[in-house]
Amino acid sequence: MAKFEEYKDIYVFVEQENGNIAEVGYELISEARKLVATIPAMGYKVVGVLLGNGIKDKAQEVIAHGADKVIVVDDELLKDYSTQFYADALTQLINKYKPDSFLTGATPLGRDLAPRVAARINAGLTADATKIEVDQEEAANGVALLDVTRPTFGGNLFGTIVCKNTRPQMATIRPKVFELAPVDESRTGEVEEFKPTWTTTEPEVFVEKVIEKVKGDVDITKADILVGAGRGAEGCLDLVQQVADELGGVVCCSRAVVEDGYMDKDRQVGQTGKTVRPSLYLACGISGAVQHCAGMDKSDMIISINRDPQAEIFSISNMGFVGDVNKVLPLLVESIKAAKSE
Amino acid sequence: MKIIVLEKQVPDSTEISVDKKTGTLIREGVPSITNPDDMAGLEAALQIKDKNPDTEITVMTMGIPKAKGMLEEGIARGADKGVLITDRAFAGADTCATSRTLADAINKVGYDIVFAGRQAIDGDTAQVGPQTAERLGVPQVTYVDEILDVKEDQITVKKSLEDVEQVVTVKLPCLLTFLSDSVYKPRYMNCNDIVDLQKEDKVQVLTNGDLNMDPSLIGLAGSPTSVKRTFTKDVSDKTETFTLSEQETADMIAKTLKEKQIITK
Ligand SMILES: Cc1cc2nc3c(=O)[nH]c(=O)nc-3n(C[C@H](O)[C@H](O)[C@H](O)COP(=O)(O)OP(=O)(O)OC[C@H]3O[C@@H](n4cnc5c(N)ncnc54)[C@H](O)[C@@H]3O)c2cc1C
Ligand SMILES: Cc1cc2nc3c(=O)[nH]c(=O)nc-3n(C[C@H](O)[C@H](O)[C@H](O)COP(=O)(O)OP(=O)(O)OC[C@H]3O[C@@H](n4cnc5c(N)ncnc54)[C@H](O)[C@@H]3O)c2cc1C
Repeated sequence: MAKFEEYKDIYVFVEQENGNIAEVGYELISEARKLVATIPAMGYKVVGVLLGNGIKDKAQEVIAHGADKVIVVDDELLKDYSTQFYADALTQLINKYKPDSFLTGATPLGRDLAPRVAARINAGLTADATKIEVDQEEAANGVALLDVTRPTFGGNLFGTIVCKNTRPQMATIRPKVFELAPVDESRTGEVEEFKPTWTTTEPEVFVEKVIEKVKGDVDITKADILVGAGRGAEGCLDLVQQVADELGGVVCCSRAVVEDGYMDKDRQVGQTGKTVRPSLYLACGISGAVQHCAGMDKSDMIISINRDPQAEIFSISNMGFVGDVNKVLPLLVESIKAAKSE
Repeated sequence: MKIIVLEKQVPDSTEISVDKKTGTLIREGVPSITNPDDMAGLEAALQIKDKNPDTEITVMTMGIPKAKGMLEEGIARGADKGVLITDRAFAGADTCATSRTLADAINKVGYDIVFAGRQAIDGDTAQVGPQTAERLGVPQVTYVDEILDVKEDQITVKKSLEDVEQVVTVKLPCLLTFLSDSVYKPRYMNCNDIVDLQKEDKVQVLTNGDLNMDPSLIGLAGSPTSVKRTFTKDVSDKTETFTLSEQETADMIAKTLKEKQIITK
């Protein structure tokens, strides 16, 4: 296999908006730290890449989250995200620094930017990864080949993808897939500025107006306890809410419940909804379609109630209960109350 | 105005199941459909044509010969013609190689705007749209949910992001990617158009004999990514399923949550 002597280190795109850094960047830095630790002989660094305007002072925060080095591109043209200027800057940065691998969050921004950059430099890009490992056999030969695993066919089939003949090895990764490592404010690292050369400063796309979406009152991705309602619980959503209230948790749902008009899209868990990773996911009347499970199967504990003993949800649950939610949930509210006062 | 609508034929993923014994996908008997996001793109194009009848819509796919049927359905819905890019040489393409071939064919056909779906439900990468735009050297607008205004040299659209919607204007030529949960719900096929199809073949077939692309840049050879292995999810054995009375169920859940300190005082 080809060796890419010039290409080194794992780079992470640190997404920010108005100076607020998206957590996924730190999740990727945390994971990149674990990856470089599996190949100590190669002496790889974790490098954060920060694009924006007036964001230099954020570099230390990136280091505290685990980066050895941060490359900052601070430019007026990068104030707000645009495919054009971000792709121009990032391509130049990659051509100059030659990362061995380059990770980006699979956010709306990341999925707009990374493919564009990958095409420009003809690098392989693996989408929506859920697991990354360094191939240890190759590492013994001095090649840090990444085995990147991702779901396809709506979560029915997993593929492990490799990029053997091109560099950098690029991948996008969904938020919440990797765990955040603890912050270490005392960490030190190098900060370097990179100045791109603009072939044009004329924007191709004009943002005329930004409309805030009517925002739901809660962010289900931040909740530590989630009670999920499926179509089977549509007749007792008030009880689902009561259980959530008793547990200090938040209610979320399947796409069926959104389609049937009972809840807003921002409560939907799954492939086309949000990815969640709570301590507890209590699934009520959810069948367990792969598209739903893709968004919650990393929860620490999954308990499900479904009247169908064959329901798919049971196969990914830690505990499953065959039963009618209309009957179980009122009793559960009481049992939780009792357990609290014990 | 010339619009090219990219369409991918995909297996209906809601009908796919896993053979638990062999751990492989059961694809036999699973119907092929037009990728849902692409149907939204086609409908958006048709609505432009409704207003400006001199709009010319070409539906285009790279795929196996059978995908011609999908293009004919697009024509029966109102597209003017189809382009099927098919050749063994294109097989096994990843998104990097797929976008090269699509861009090459798009340039041959000529266009003002290219419409793509945001994401295909089988490969699921959402990369082909942006990468095709890059190869064409034109701007992209992703996650489009509505077209607001079309002029000769620019288009204004609404795009949907997680927390906000943006109204953006982009100069032509450009590429847009559409969402299936947008305002565009596909219309029915038209009987007259179906009859026309039987009289006249409106699908042009392009092989690499026509495109004449460097074999090292297409198909498997032109793909920087390769699939090392595929597998289906392990059926986990961490599960315990209980069939108890309702009261016992409620008590057991509460007791477990107490033990795990999810219920505290
Ligand atoms: C298990 C597995 C994993 C894979 N993982 C990756 C990966 O991580 N990275 C990678 O680069 N490739 C990957 N591939 C290859 C990839 O699936 C193919 O290149 C695929 O044909 C195009 O990608 P997609 O289905 O993701 O399309 P998407 O990028 O999701 O499609 C978006 C839109 O592009 C248009 N489009 C896509 N394909 C065509 C076409 N053939 N004809 C016309 N229009 C089209 C459609 O409008 C579609 O809605 C993988 C393949 C397998 C089998
Ligand atoms: C491209 C694509 C993307 C998708 N994305 C998502 C996504 O992001 N999120 C998502 O959730 N889905 C998604 N889906 C839809 C998904 O395939 C399923 O259709 C959906 O998750 C089903 O929701 P459900 O389990 O609530 O409903 P159903 O499948 O109708 O299941 C209801 C369940 O409730 C049980 N039940 C009924 N009554 C009772 C009762 N009284 N007590 C106890 N149990 C009862 C039934 O046994 C059944 O298991 C997607 C589909 C596609 C094609």
